[in-house]
Amino acid sequence: MVGIKAYGGYIPRLRLSRKAMAQANAWFSPGLMGQAKGERSLANWDEDSVTMAVEAARDCLNGTTRDDIDGVYFASTTMPFADRQNSGILSAALTLSEDIPAADVTSSQRAGTTALLTALNAVNGGAGKCQLVAAGDKRKARSASNQEFQFGDGAAALLVSGDDGIARFLGSHSITVDFVDHFRGEEEEFDYGWEERWIRDEGLIKIVPRAVKGALEKAGVSGDQIDHFVFPCTFPRIPQTIAKQCGIDPEKVRDNLGAVCGETGTAHALVMLVDALQDAEPGQKIVVAGFGQGCDALVFETTPALKDLSGRNGVKGSLANRKEETNYMKYLAFNGLVELEKGMRAEVDKKTALTTTYRKRDMLFGLVGGRCTKCGTAQFPRSRICVNPNCQAVDSQEPYSFADKKGQILSWSADYLAYSMDPPSHYGMITFEEGGRFLCDITDVEPGTIDSGMNVRMVFRIKDFDDRRGFRRYFWKAVPEL
Amino acid sequence: MASGIKDKVAVLGMGCSKFGERWDCGGEELMVEAYLEAMEDAGIETNQVEAAWFSTHIDEIGVGKGGTPLSTALRLPNIPVTRVENFCASGSEAFRGAVYAVAAGACDIALALGMEKLKDTGYGGLPAGQQGTLNPLWSANGSAPGNFAQLASAYRAKHGVSKEDLKRAIAHVSVKSHENGAKNPKAHLRRPVTEEQVMNAPMIAEPLGLFDCCGVSDGAAAAIVTTPEIAKSMGKDNLITVKALQLALSNGLESQHNSWDGSYFHTARIAAKRAYEEAGIKNPREEVSMMEVHDCFSITEMVTMEDLFISPEGGAVKDVMDGFYDADGQVPCQIDGGLKCFGHPIGASGLRMLYEMYLQLQGRAGERQLKDPKIGLTHNLGGAPMSNVCSVAIIGAQGV
Repeated sequence: MVGIKAYGGYIPRLRLSRKAMAQANAWFSPGLMGQAKGERSLANWDEDSVTMAVEAARDCLNGTTRDDIDGVYFASTTMPFADRQNSGILSAALTLSEDIPAADVTSSQRAGTTALLTALNAVNGGAGKCQLVAAGDKRKARSASNQEFQFGDGAAALLVSGDDGIARFLGSHSITVDFVDHFRGEEEEFDYGWEERWIRDEGLIKIVPRAVKGALEKAGVSGDQIDHFVFPCTFPRIPQTIAKQCGIDPEKVRDNLGAVCGETGTAHALVMLVDALQDAEPGQKIVVAGFGQGCDALVFETTPALKDLSGRNGVKGSLANRKEETNYMKYLAFNGLVELEKGMRAEVDKKTALTTTYRKRDMLFGLVGGRCTKCGTAQFPRSRICVNPNCQAVDSQEPYSFADKKGQILSWSADYLAYSMDPPSHYGMITFEEGGRFLCDITDVEPGTIDSGMNVRMVFRIKDFDDRRGFRRYFWKAVPEL
Repeated sequence: MASGIKDKVAVLGMGCSKFGERWDCGGEELMVEAYLEAMEDAGIETNQVEAAWFSTHIDEIGVGKGGTPLSTALRLPNIPVTRVENFCASGSEAFRGAVYAVAAGACDIALALGMEKLKDTGYGGLPAGQQGTLNPLWSANGSAPGNFAQLASAYRAKHGVSKEDLKRAIAHVSVKSHENGAKNPKAHLRRPVTEEQVMNAPMIAEPLGLFDCCGVSDGAAAAIVTTPEIAKSMGKDNLITVKALQLALSNGLESQHNSWDGSYFHTARIAAKRAYEEAGIKNPREEVSMMEVHDCFSITEMVTMEDLFISPEGGAVKDVMDGFYDADGQVPCQIDGGLKCFGHPIGASGLRMLYEMYLQLQGRAGERQLKDPKIGLTHNLGGAPMSNVCSVAIIGAQGV
């Protein structure tokens, strides 16, 4: 017995208006005006596939003990590191046990469903009891391409456990066939795609039904029993055509969130699944399919526990936390598609000492400080001598995580001098309600909207890019709760 | 119980280079410029200097991390030269070293010289430096103005001051310093400005605009110190002696413990209390004749007025607006233009402050001369409000 125990979602707050995108490019490609509808999610400059996956996973694990997690998977084709385990960064940011395996699942758009399937199979086979699956993508597309209109940034996470959870796993079927609708070579920045009619007629319509039918058969479920058909696809009406082929009512095809979010790559099947779970009633059956050099199809049945799962944003809550962006230049800059004059202050060498990073890994990745066992003072960073002037006990501090603690802005500034990809650079002294403070970067904030006393929550973000060495470092920042 | 430094050491001579964008010369020439003036003022020869302290903070610009740049530029007779760094308070640290050496009897005459050559970096403001290996991994990506600007938001929150009132008060701080700086031939910035100009200047780090930030300058300043007895034996009268030299450093409380509210300098209050005690000052608002404080930013100067116990807590805005610290006010502050207009060559600034107090006490401040000052205070701060080094020094006429 195995199922999904919890879900979480994360769609970045910025939503780029497709009208603004089309207008900026119409001089070059007038046809894009046909796509000037709705908006796509846009990751902030300090977000990538890992940080978004961390947010989705934190949403998923909210209120759940992390001690039970015995495996972690991260799916993406836009991982920040080609050779450094990205799921290891995720695991560290979530302060999961170091005594568990982790895996990066990548290289295909169906990596999200593959990661989920792998976790389900591992738990089902007794290789684990509780495993975390997260998928995130920040896809890059050329300016004025169709892809930049279709793509969005986002992440989703699912916790798989050895009981029914909120959605019992009924069965799956996978197909692996080297159908290359698009590819991205090892050193390429952008995808190269083939003719859409061929992808549709020879790929989607022939491969996906094989997988879905196979999964339904293994699950012992007929197509007409399916209440939600989750299949990310940017071709209009194709999911309905596929549904029909599988005996699924075309009305049960889930909205692909194209109008409000865009397609979030490997995460999208899971993003849509989370969205479906947020709508679903107990006792409903869901098919999830992920396409890419074949297809994974998985069948679930929701349980009464679904309604008890609360305290999370999921995809819907995350979508509701929205800030419209109409500045196409900002999108280009955040995605490295235009070279801005950053000035002399951006020249500072951002070389990261890997020794220091490792030694301080719980502090830097997990936002773990110390709490004095003598006087109870929480402090960051953890140190050998307690900071409380009336205590100063030596070696008295136990690890204490600030990541989920409520904070407030004590002091702040909006700094136009310090280099930032999104000036002004906001930062301030953040004090935590239960003790502790530090001077902290503030992100996801508009000038003129913050002041002392405002509540903040902490988020895991990119701290700096080291463009010279292709490295990036992460730390936590405060986000004002407006 | 230590007896303190009061009246144990006298200032024999001081010198200060012209501050500013010294495209014409490098660090070596700046050092020589300040040194020669100090030597002439002291009336001694190089071979009479027995030990030296050299302060320079931004080491990447040419001079390196030892004492030899000073020793070589001044052709010192192979005497001990100690290089000191304590952020922007480095100049006061050099002075402290020289004064203590004389007080200890380790030498008769000691030199303190601070120098900074900032304008060969290509930066408009302070150059963006390296911060070691751990700090950049978690410290906020900030700048000096942004760090000091934090004071403004916390001060407003604590004392219920509106954005507008605070902005106007700190604007007045800068207007006053520009007025004073205009009368100082050695100052970097010598043009008076209006409150409206200050308030409408481009924003650097909210709420600090361009005129809320001090000048970034090249410069050097020097002091030669000895004992009052030796000074007298050399025929000096009207001696200026050291009354107090205090230094207080943050220990992480402000940055890590929730007992600090972000609106003031914890270290400045400690250093000021100790300095007043050392100098025997009971009522600083009445007894201090004039001050040179570390006005790296207008907001720094304003809250410092309370930290030095000159203005009552929460009363700095009123005192500033009342002109209490203006040249014709009760306690003139930044009479030489301050960091704001004289300029801020990091390692030199603490000594530059002492230079002005020394000139004023000797009645040699020219157009800026105040009427009969007795006690001068310098406040030299390095770091940021949440973690810093704060020096408070008091000098005055011998016997006062």
